[in-house]
Parts: sequence; structure tokens; C-alpha cells
Amino acid sequence: MFNPRNQSSGLGMPSFGLPGGPRRGGATGRIAPWRHLVFALVITLGGLYAAPNLFPPDFALQISVDNSDRPVNHELLTELVDRLEFEGIATIGTELANEGGLIRVMDANDQLHAGAILQEHLNPLGEERQFVVAFNLASTTPDWLRGIGAEPMTLGLDLKGGAHFLLQVDMEEALAKRLTDEVEKIKTMLREERIRYRSTDDAVQGNTLSVSFVTPQLRDRAIGVIEDEFRQPDYVLEAEETGGRAGFVITVQEAKLREIEASAVEQNLTALRNRINQLGVAEPLVQRLGRARIAIDLPGVQDSAEAKSKIDKFANLEFRLEAAANDRPSEIEQWPYEGRAVDLNKRIILTGDHVVHAAQGRDPDSGLPQVDIKLDSRGGEMFHDATAPNIGRRMAVIFIEHKPIVTTEIVDGERKDVPGTRVEERVVSLATIQAALGYSFRITGLTVREARELAFLLRAGAYAAPMYIVEERTVGASLGEENIERGVIAVAIGFGLVLAFMLVYYKVFGLIANIALTLNLVILVAVMSLLEATLTLPGIAGIVLTVGMAVDANVLIFSRIREELKSNPPAQAIPAGYDRAFLTILDANVTTLFVALILLTIGSGPIAGFAVTLSIGIITSMFTAIFGSRLLVHLIYGRARMEKVWI
Amino acid sequence: MTTFDFMGKRKIAAVVSVALVVVSIGSVIVMGVNRGLDFTGGVRVEMGFDSAVTAEQVRGILTGAGFTEGVVQNYGSETEVLVRMPPVEGVNQSDLGDRIVATVRAEFSDVAQRDLQFVGPAVGEELAENGGLALLVALGVVMFYIMWRFTGKFAVGAVAALVHDVIITVGAFSVFQWTFNLPELAALLAVIGYSLNDTIVVSDRIRENFRSVRRGTPVEIINQSLNQTLGRTLVTSLTTLLVLVVLLIVAGEQIAGFATALTIGVVVGTYSSIYVAANVLLTMGISKQDLALPEREGADETS
Repeated sequence: MFNPRNQSSGLGMPSFGLPGGPRRGGATGRIAPWRHLVFALVITLGGLYAAPNLFPPDFALQISVDNSDRPVNHELLTELVDRLEFEGIATIGTELANEGGLIRVMDANDQLHAGAILQEHLNPLGEERQFVVAFNLASTTPDWLRGIGAEPMTLGLDLKGGAHFLLQVDMEEALAKRLTDEVEKIKTMLREERIRYRSTDDAVQGNTLSVSFVTPQLRDRAIGVIEDEFRQPDYVLEAEETGGRAGFVITVQEAKLREIEASAVEQNLTALRNRINQLGVAEPLVQRLGRARIAIDLPGVQDSAEAKSKIDKFANLEFRLEAAANDRPSEIEQWPYEGRAVDLNKRIILTGDHVVHAAQGRDPDSGLPQVDIKLDSRGGEMFHDATAPNIGRRMAVIFIEHKPIVTTEIVDGERKDVPGTRVEERVVSLATIQAALGYSFRITGLTVREARELAFLLRAGAYAAPMYIVEERTVGASLGEENIERGVIAVAIGFGLVLAFMLVYYKVFGLIANIALTLNLVILVAVMSLLEATLTLPGIAGIVLTVGMAVDANVLIFSRIREELKSNPPAQAIPAGYDRAFLTILDANVTTLFVALILLTIGSGPIAGFAVTLSIGIITSMFTAIFGSRLLVHLIYGRARMEKVWI
Repeated sequence: MTTFDFMGKRKIAAVVSVALVVVSIGSVIVMGVNRGLDFTGGVRVEMGFDSAVTAEQVRGILTGAGFTEGVVQNYGSETEVLVRMPPVEGVNQSDLGDRIVATVRAEFSDVAQRDLQFVGPAVGEELAENGGLALLVALGVVMFYIMWRFTGKFAVGAVAALVHDVIITVGAFSVFQWTFNLPELAALLAVIGYSLNDTIVVSDRIRENFRSVRRGTPVEIINQSLNQTLGRTLVTSLTTLLVLVVLLIVAGEQIAGFATALTIGVVVGTYSSIYVAANVLLTMGISKQDLALPEREGADETS
């Protein structure tokens, strides 16, 4: 038989390398020297990496070049500082960083004023923006700390103020757009082979596209031409006879659909990043979230309406030829232009998708606004091929502006989202092609506002599909400051109360638990800083909760020691208390950690912030409460042959 | 050590627990849960004014502009007003918040937008679904872990305690019609974590005593275990409640619901780790055979 008393202590499990093991003398068991070393090392590192959080950041303005030829250098910064001081705003330092400059000021109010002054100073009205002036917070961490990679925790938008958006990419539109391109590609191939097809407007339906022909023979020839391009497993190509017509249907398969979606989101992300860079926000965050969503964080942005107008708008250009006399009527569309109706060919020569650069400017002769455009190489070729045989004909430029809107309708008593788009399109110019056009040309006929918008939107790149804002959270800077203040007070009071309670209830051991708890807080902050985790208000709540719950491990150990002391001398009671409580603590914490990790995987925003601090807190508290407190007990009681312990 | 006869009152406790659970479920069915913006979708705008403004004034302005639905209230102080509004028919959802601010600004030029949140109804529905799923996954994972580390009966006892705690916490939110938002959902999961902590500590001691105490009925052994862990259970609950009360008072409106949910959860969780988990164990007829150690491990220890 086994000895059941012994059983209970270890439950047949190894003791996970805890201090303890075989005990040979000493009041609290022998403790290997390397444990002291590890502990000292962890405390030192924890202290170092938590330290930057003690230095509150300065309010600062970040200056970077937009369209100016003048670089941001010391000379410019000195000029700006002089200007600010002339206006009565004190600056507390400048530096050059990240291809830009930083000017530090005293407080949020000065930051706001200085921003307006610099904006006016650097960017004269009515011209293209020369410099971007963004609000930022500048680190005050000493250089030697930064040298070892120590930085303060990143603050969430709820603590520093700013705007957060969640955008939904309209995948149906993305697919429709992409498939329409495919139909155009098929038609081009068929024209080259001189195979006549029937024109229809409903060639694209969901994830299928169909083309029909006058005879089955033509259809079969057409399939022969295109089948190499539309192979399995991406596509399934099927011949079809409906209503006396011969045709074929191409069905896009799931894997290809995913690929189309992914590339649409990717293109939207790139375009969105470009636009946001134009907004002049310091350290924006743009990332894909799930299958069809994009999350944007814009720290410091207060005017969310302005940001929104730059985010979800969608403008493009179409170039089309004026209808020729021999065009079939089905190919012609009528458009209003300068009060008259003009006939345009439906075929689109080129869209703004191929634009690589667009700049707003003025025609040097007439002074009228214009947009200078440069195309990518494929766009240049397409444009050249389309214009070269048509010299002498007129070409129209159509300006299309989409504004995605989502309205609510009540269907059967339930609210339903109805996505839609407000589209404004008009012919902005109709000019004779003088020569074959290539990669670079200009567009006239726009108003100043339109020229500016078109240049901005084309430069940023077109979206592959419209996007709708499905979530927005904007926090004012003052509310952020208030949240920080409240959070810090909550942590301080909660922490103080727990410390006082432990000291009264457990005396010397309470002091040990308190030291362990303090170290836990320091290490928690250090780990969060090192992981560059974002601190939010719920995250602070997580820290406060961790403080309350982290004492649990020590409470478990101490109540075990108290029990053991009834039948054993301290020298045996203390190690026994630690050993017996260990597995309980492990089980309890592992399960809590599971829950925290589940929170982390489902949670966005507020939940994630809480889950992060809770998870880290659980791990660090196990280290300090078990490993750390045991070393401290050993330090205090280890040498004496004590008769009584204060617990 | 205390010597309360916890299990002597187990029938009463069972009645109390069942009654609370029934009332909670009944309330959720009849009154529902007051789901907040995160789950229903809509707009929430917090505005600050330079001087005192009544909610009625702001409501009047908004009603005059055609915004008839929604809630307008003073928030925190007389100079702050909170507007919550469901999506309005025919208005672009993401513009609604800006339009509300602009409407108020036309009357009060000093208004500052302190906080603006907009959640599309589709996103809200998704958040609610994911939240429910997370609760179920958490309970499932916990059940398997306890089955692995303890036995099936302990797993049933622990999960019963957790379900009990979650239902009663949600029930309290339903009875008092407090707003239930994402942070409150996070609190619910934290309640699971906390209550589990408690239940495991108690279960651990019950298991230990079933193995080490030679004499005694299951009721006696469980009573002894509960008494042994009572001190620790109370101290930990007390420190946790201390910090929660601080959060409730100091941390402001945004955290208040979260702290309330956790406070209820901690109180109920402490009770359930004593009464629900142990009660279920007894009802299922826990015995020493359930906890017999495998031979191999026994041999290790005696060597």
C-alpha cells in the first residue's frame, strides 16, 4: 500500500521544477542558487522594461513632406519654432525622425493651436498641400532605455483619442466587376478571331458569366478559342442551349472566388493606406480583419466626418470613343455634355485603375484646372493601341463618383441593412485625338474641386470594390485623458486596498505577498510593453482585476501553511504548504487562462484589450506568487531555526 | 478551522439556486435583455457643452429635425448629454452620428463631440453570435480539462456551477434592465474564469480528502473540505470584490456595467463553488472509488 498522506501532496505528479524538491536542512528547505539568479534577472529586466511607462509622452506635431521640394530639416524646424514663439506658443524641443520632423509643445491646447498655425504657415490656401502636419505624442523615454528596446505601452484610442472604423468590402460588387472584366476579355479574344457573339447586358449573374451566339457552330469555335483561359479547377465551362440560342456558361469555382475576394481586399487595403497617408495622421493602422473587413485606427483624429469622406468615396475615370457612323445601335449610349447630347461607344478603352500618378495643376495658358496623369505600362499600351487607329476621332472622359451608402429599411418588423451606392457620373471632356496617346497625358474640363478630388482619388488608387463603414468609434482627446486618469486612480486605490488587507490578515507573509504582487504588476507592465500590446480602458480593468485575483495563489499557499502549522513545525509546514497548493494553483490558473484565450480569439476592441491583460496577468502572477514569494520566504526565514512564524 | 455543516443545508441551497435560475430564465424570456449598441446596432453620441444643458432641450432640437426615436439623457454631469439612436430609415447609417452632432451644433455652437460610436446592425448581430459561441466554447473546454484532470462527475459539477453563475448574472441584468454590451459580455467570460478558479480549489480539496481521509461519509468529507477552503475562498473573494467596488466607483461609466456584472458574478460564483458544485457531486453519488489512484502512481510515491 502507499502512504495516503504523502499521496495528497504531489498527487503523483512531478513538482514542475518548483523550489523545493529534496529538503536537506534549513528552515524552509534548500533553494538552489540559480533560482535567486533567475529571480533577480527577471526583476531587473521587468523593472527596466516597465520603466518607460513612468515617462509621460510630450504632445507634439509631426511635419512631413507631401508635395514640397523642400525637405524637412533643421532649418525648416527652426523657422517653424520661431513662428510658433512669435504667436506665443512655447516649444520644448525639436528632432528629425522618420523622414520628417517633430516639434514638442507643452500641452494638448498648445498642440491644437500650433497645428492650426503651422498648417497656415506651410500650406497656402488654394495650392496643392506642401507639408502634412499631424498631431502626435512624442516619447520622453531616456535614450539609454530606448537603446535596449524599452518603449512605453501603446495606448488604445479610448485612452488617447482618435477614430476607429470598420469597413465592409462589398464582395458581390468586387466579383461583378471582376467578371465584367473577364467578359470584356472574352469578347476581345472573339473579335480577334472574328467570331460573332450576341451582346447582352446580363452576361454576369452571381458567380457565372455567359455568352451566346447565333449558331452552335460559332459557339463551339468560341469555346475552342477561350477554353485554355478558363480551365478547371478555377472555372467550369459548359455549353448551353436556351430558347433556340447557343451559348456557354462559365461558373467560377469556390477557390477562385476566394482568390478574387482576397485580391479585391488587398487592392482596397493598398488604396486605403494611400488615402490615409494623405490624411495626415500620425501612426495610422490599417489591417484586414476576417474575410471581407478592414479595420482602420486613426489616432488623434477628431473630425471623423472629414476622415470618413476621404475613406469611403470612390472615384474613377472612363475613356470612351465617340460613336462612329458604322457603330451598331446596340453599342451606342447617349450622354449629356455641355447642354447637348453626344453619342458614345459603350466600349471602355481604359479606366482609372491603370493610373500610377495623378497631380492637380493648372493649364499654363488658360489658367484652368487640369489633372496630369501617368499610366502604368499595360495601361499605356492599351491606350496607345486604342488611340493610334482613331486619330481624328473624338474621345470622351467620364468622371464617375461613387459614394457608398447603407440605409435601413424595416422588413417584417426587422431592421435590415440595404447597401447601395449614390453614383454621379458625367462627361468632363470630349476632345479630338491629335496623336496616338501613351503613358502620360492630361485631362481638362473639371472644376477646381473636381480636379483636386480626382487627383487625390486617382493617386490613392481605385478600390476594387466599394466599401461601407459598418462600425465607427470616435473618442475625443479630452475623454481619453479622463479615461487615463480614472484608470490610474482605480489601479492605485484597488492596489492599495489589497496591499493593506493582506498586511493585516497575513502579517509578515502578507508583506511577502505584497512584494510579490508589486513585482507582478511591474512584470505585467514590462511584458505588455515588450509585446507592444495596446492598453485600453478595459485593459486597465483587466489589470485591476488581476491585482485582486493574483493574491489568490498566495492566499492558497498561506492558508495551507496555517493548516500545516497546526501539526508541524514551521520548517516542514512552509515547504509543505507551497508543495500542496501548487497543483491547485496550476489547475485553477490553467483553466482561467483557457477562458482568457477564448476571449482573445473572439474578441475585437474592448474584449481583446481585457483578455490580453488578463492572460498576461495570470502567467506573471503564477511566477511571482509561487516562485518569487517562496524565495522571499526563504530570505526571511531561511537561516533562522524559528519557533513561530507571523502568518 | 470552522466546522459549518454546509451540506446539511444542501436541500435549501438547491431550492434557492433553482429558484434563482428559474427567475433569471423567466425574466430573460419575459423581459429580455436590454442589449446595448454593440449588439443592436445604432449610434451613440456623447456631447459636451460649455454650460448646463438639459436632456429635454437636446431632445427638442432632435425631434424638431425629425429624429424622433432614441434616448437622450444627461450623462455624468449637467454639461454632458448622451444620445443613443437606432438606425433611422432612409439615412446613410454612417452619417447618422455626424448629422445628430450637426443638428445640435446648429443650436449650440459650443458643443463638442466627445465620443461617437456607430455599429451597423449586421455587425451587432455577429458580435452577439460570436459572444454566445465563445461562452459555449469556454464551457466545453473547461469541461474537458476538468474531466482530464479530475473525473467526469467533477466536470459536471463545475460546469453546473458555471452555467448557474452565468444565468444568474444575465438574469440580474434582465431584471434590472441594465444595458448589456460587449464589456459586459467580457465580464461574463471573466465570471466563468473566476468561478472556475473557486470551484477547482474546492474540488481539489474534496478529491484530496476523499483519498486521504479513511473514515467518514461523503457528506462529512465534503463538509470538511469546504471548511478547510472557506478561509481562502472568502479572502480571495474579498480582495477581488474590493478592487471591483473601486472600479465601479472610480473608473467611470464606461466600466461601470462591466464591474457590476463581475461583482454579481463573483458573489454568485463564491456561493456556487460551495453549494452548486459540491451539491451536484453528492447528488451524482461521488464515492472513493471514483477517485482511486491508478496503481502506477501509487507505486511511485511509496518507493
